[in-house]
Amino acid sequence: MSTHKISVTVNGTRLEAQVESRLLLVHLIREVFRLTGTHIGCDTTHCGACTVLLDGAPTKSCTVLAVQADGRNVKTVEGLEQDGKLHAIQDGFMQEHGLQCGFCTPGMMMTSCALLEHNKNPSEAEIRGAISGNLCRCTGYVNIVKAVQHAAAKLR
Amino acid sequence: MATENEGTPRTSADVCGMGHSMKRKEDPRFIRGQGNYIDDIVLPGMLYMDIVRSPFAHAKIVKIDTSRALKVPGVLAVITGETLAGFKLHWMPTLMSDTQMVLPTEKVMYQAQEVAAVIATDRYAAADGVEAVDVEYDPLPVIVDPYKALEPGAQVLRTDKPGKKDNHIWHWEAGDRAATDQAFKDAAVKVKEHIYIPRIHVASIETCGCIASFDKAQGKLTVYMTTQAPHAIRTVFALVAGHVGLSEEKIRIVSPDIGGGFGGKVPVYPGYVIATAASVVLGKPVKWIEDRMENLQADSFARDYHMDTELCADKDGNITALRIKTVADHGYTDAAANPSKFPAGMFSICTGAYKLKQAFTEMDAAYTNKPPGGVAYRCSFRVTEAAHAIERIVDVLAHEMKIDPAELRMKNFIGANEFPYKSLLGWEYDSGNYAGALQKAMDMIGYADLRKEQAEKRARGELMGIGICSFVEIVGAGPSKQFDILGIKMFDSAEIRVHPTGKAIARFGTKSQGQGHETTYAQIVAEELGIPASQIQVEEGDTDTAPYGLGTYASRSTPTAGAAAVMAARKIRDKARKIAAYLLEVAEEDLEWEVGKFVVKGAPQKSKTIQECAFAAYTNHPQGMEAGLEATHYYDPPNLTFPFGSYICVVDIDRGTGQVKIRRFVAIDDCGNIINPMIVKGQVHGGLAMGMAPALLEEITYDENGNNQAGSFMDYLVPTAMETPNWETGHTVTPSPHHPIGAKGVGESATVGAPPAIANAVVDALAHLGVRHIDIPITPEKVWNILRDKGVAE
Amino acid sequence: MIPASFEYHAPTSLPEAIGLLGKLGQAGEEAKILSGGQSLLPLLKLRFARPGHLIDINRIPGLDYLKEEGGVLRMGALVREAALETSPIVRAKYQILIDTAAVIADPLVRNQATVCGNLAHGDPANDHPATMLAIGADVVATGPKGARTIPVKQFFTAVFTTALEANEVLTEIRIPAPPPGSGGAYVKLERKVGDFATAGAAAFLVIGGGVIEAAGIGLTNLGPTPIKATDAEQFLKGKKPDAATFAEAAKRAAAATAPNPDRRGSVEYKQNMARVLTQRALARAAQRAAGGP
Repeated sequence: MSTHKISVTVNGTRLEAQVESRLLLVHLIREVFRLTGTHIGCDTTHCGACTVLLDGAPTKSCTVLAVQADGRNVKTVEGLEQDGKLHAIQDGFMQEHGLQCGFCTPGMMMTSCALLEHNKNPSEAEIRGAISGNLCRCTGYVNIVKAVQHAAAKLR
Repeated sequence: MATENEGTPRTSADVCGMGHSMKRKEDPRFIRGQGNYIDDIVLPGMLYMDIVRSPFAHAKIVKIDTSRALKVPGVLAVITGETLAGFKLHWMPTLMSDTQMVLPTEKVMYQAQEVAAVIATDRYAAADGVEAVDVEYDPLPVIVDPYKALEPGAQVLRTDKPGKKDNHIWHWEAGDRAATDQAFKDAAVKVKEHIYIPRIHVASIETCGCIASFDKAQGKLTVYMTTQAPHAIRTVFALVAGHVGLSEEKIRIVSPDIGGGFGGKVPVYPGYVIATAASVVLGKPVKWIEDRMENLQADSFARDYHMDTELCADKDGNITALRIKTVADHGYTDAAANPSKFPAGMFSICTGAYKLKQAFTEMDAAYTNKPPGGVAYRCSFRVTEAAHAIERIVDVLAHEMKIDPAELRMKNFIGANEFPYKSLLGWEYDSGNYAGALQKAMDMIGYADLRKEQAEKRARGELMGIGICSFVEIVGAGPSKQFDILGIKMFDSAEIRVHPTGKAIARFGTKSQGQGHETTYAQIVAEELGIPASQIQVEEGDTDTAPYGLGTYASRSTPTAGAAAVMAARKIRDKARKIAAYLLEVAEEDLEWEVGKFVVKGAPQKSKTIQECAFAAYTNHPQGMEAGLEATHYYDPPNLTFPFGSYICVVDIDRGTGQVKIRRFVAIDDCGNIINPMIVKGQVHGGLAMGMAPALLEEITYDENGNNQAGSFMDYLVPTAMETPNWETGHTVTPSPHHPIGAKGVGESATVGAPPAIANAVVDALAHLGVRHIDIPITPEKVWNILRDKGVAE
Repeated sequence: MIPASFEYHAPTSLPEAIGLLGKLGQAGEEAKILSGGQSLLPLLKLRFARPGHLIDINRIPGLDYLKEEGGVLRMGALVREAALETSPIVRAKYQILIDTAAVIADPLVRNQATVCGNLAHGDPANDHPATMLAIGADVVATGPKGARTIPVKQFFTAVFTTALEANEVLTEIRIPAPPPGSGGAYVKLERKVGDFATAGAAAFLVIGGGVIEAAGIGLTNLGPTPIKATDAEQFLKGKKPDAATFAEAAKRAAAATAPNPDRRGSVEYKQNMARVLTQRALARAAQRAAGGP
């Protein structure tokens, strides 16, 4: 089987790899680039723990091939903090107790910060709809909604 | 005796003791994606393991051909039952002293059972290798119905047990059978329902896994593992693998960050043992991370109780007796993680919040061709099952007698002045105020107005229901005279050391999987010592450093390890007092403790802070006293603790589709004194979602061939933020009189209380049509079938 | 979780993609088109499908157009579901497409999933087929000999089978611009967000002079292929758009279904849901035809 040389810009840095066609993007991120903040929680594209921003769009990285990301931009949770300053969404999650075990949290935050890019003042219903592809077992979602609202207020 | 901590916390925001909603110390790494979960860990030379699983629920293994798999590039070895049999590791004990296959040599007994393991250089090759292992099976008849399993003459499943002639595991009972039978005979009103709670699965977002790393040169085994009970695992490994040379001082279990446990990460899964054997044989670290379908189909399930539940009362609605007969489906072996003397867990809490005259409950456990387990998914050792039974049957009685369900409960509650209360089935409830919690819930939701609205809607043919659940929880296992797991008593521990500069490190025998121990334990110690919680480093999970404990599950951490932290801190305070007395040149009795410092009585300018005492412990301690400032405490709880609550749920039913919409859900919880209100609320929110899920969505079923019908997230329906309503919470505070800080534990209260509240609400919406009971999950189809039968479907 | 191995191709033009399909087909190799991948990759990860070749069309420029011209809404092969949801023209004039896109999987999947892929996959459980049947869309299949137009009602031939030839790519969907006095709606019953439909009903009505001039009804996941409820459509013609009419049409639509019993419901439940949802979709379509939301 052929392998492919790909170049992906991850959190602003251009990274290269030689990959099998079937390598999933989430494995490229975790295993090859060793950015382990993006997590794997299922095998049927349901849980959203693997959510990253692919050219700005929140995407389940378990259902994209690494080769599809060649020449494109990927943003992971590791790219949220800039110059030692937390992103408003990270601060929101911490202030509002929007996480417990932390496993779904990176995916939740990537989806949420993409939401806030397009919607500066989302309603509760809009937030719940936006995160409906991200499963959480710990929080019961109430504080996640509050975390996003907290971040939205901070960004406004 | 601890007093209530309502109102302002005693300590400043800086010290941040009890009652502060301190932001969590574990969050900074999680929000940066720098958690250290099992699959994030990479060791040099690490190999990957993937498991071949049986498609059949019951079959003889005719042949396992590994030749194709061994030719797959990257595959190094295939381990089978025969490999392990050579080390006598193919079977292992379960936590309930039954036996469980690690890898089979004769037959498989549930679909997705582990059959062989492929070890490869990377996970992609391991997956290819798994596909290339050729197994020939000879299917055997399957038993999936526990009643059929218990019929005389049924096929014996456990052919590995010499002399075993049936599929009956054990019989358990509690209470007075004769007196209860008499009470039912004499009763004016009787109700009976068959209540089935189906199998469900915790489905924490992180699945299970481990990295087993045997260092040949040192003879030391280190296993990084998703486990809620690392020390218990270490001892089990030492007992199970002692004969192959693994000795307890050379076994280290490390539980890193865990992405949700909920009881599903307590059992010793075959994958852990196989990976360990592989590492010993190959001399390299072996990583095994199960995927979601393996997790759902093979790991410890929860519930699966068939409960014939009866309640009787006099003509005025005074409940007289409760009788429950249960068949418990355990899968092919009893691998429930119960304390050893409690095969049915704490099911005998089923008398709940009520003063009954008599009660009797019995249970028979059966083997079936399904995965083992039973105690998981925040069930608090079967309290979810018990609470569901009593709270459902109380509502059945209310509807049958046409008494308002709130009124019936209030009439029969144990009074707030009747504690400690000895229940008919042997428990001594420490404290409670059931009427108080229910009244608060009713006020918060506007109960009377809702009943008015319901009457108006009914007249228009609209279906609206109000469901109440008033539950009593029982947590904090447990006192050594009754509780042990595989013989190990269920104490828990804290080891606290204060450094010269007045900061501290505290280690525990428990293991948080998201409950916030790094924060709450620091707050407990801060409360006792006055050292700011932010300066107290909390660690758990590494058996090489943490004091021995039984782990975190069944809401036991605050009642046991939290208490240990208090006792250890007080030992430290006692020593610090001696040091302060020495430094201030007064007698110990002349000193008063104010948070963080010792003050001479009547001379407030003469004082020593805890920090000054700490420094002196290393630089200027009294002659004859040991240096240092530390203490360890192993806490043997005198009793369990009994959190409680009242939940009220309002639902509206779509007459066209049968869909149930939760309009409102109010939860009033009482977990005694609260360490961190923000964290307690979070536990309740999460528990409510995990109570709603089985009430409306989640269910594992098997067809008659033992095929799992919900083996992936396609059909095992975990709720999203769209299905989950906005939870409204409140609390009352009724401290535990025997716990050093009056705290009780709260992690599972909401999973206990939510399903009955929701089920009661749906039944209440249909009660006027004569409906008395619906088994969970209450799917739209189930509701629609009822609407159709009653002639009210759109 | 991990697909079997395959060769990956990323052509940069449509002729190149079609050429590859032809060449591989002739060599007896199985090749699948990768557009959004949100249906295909999950199948590969479970190893339910093991094509030897994936042809990724995402590198081909000019396939993501979504425009209305000459009275037709035209969308290319790479129009994502999310693009439908945010398109001003779709939001203004094609609410039925918004209804449909909004209930496909979840928002993350919709960022990658394509509308054309939702049709080409041939899954009776996908949502757009019913809608396209109701609104009378056409699809364009492009092969080595050029493009041909296929009415959607001839497109779904059997379970997971469409009228696409092995060497054709579905390159465009064409939807006639809705005439005045028309309205459409799609209603889906799902067990939770992200699930396939227990049942789904698309309704499109053209109402003039107080009566229904034309009607389209499509049904999701109620048979081996997406269903066009022609009997119900015929019944509606010339009738008043009222509740009694819709109830009768809904009964006929339900009678056209042949659902499989499964965890989503029994045959009886699903057929009744087909009826209830059709009735609700018709009511909503009529409401929109009258200028309502």
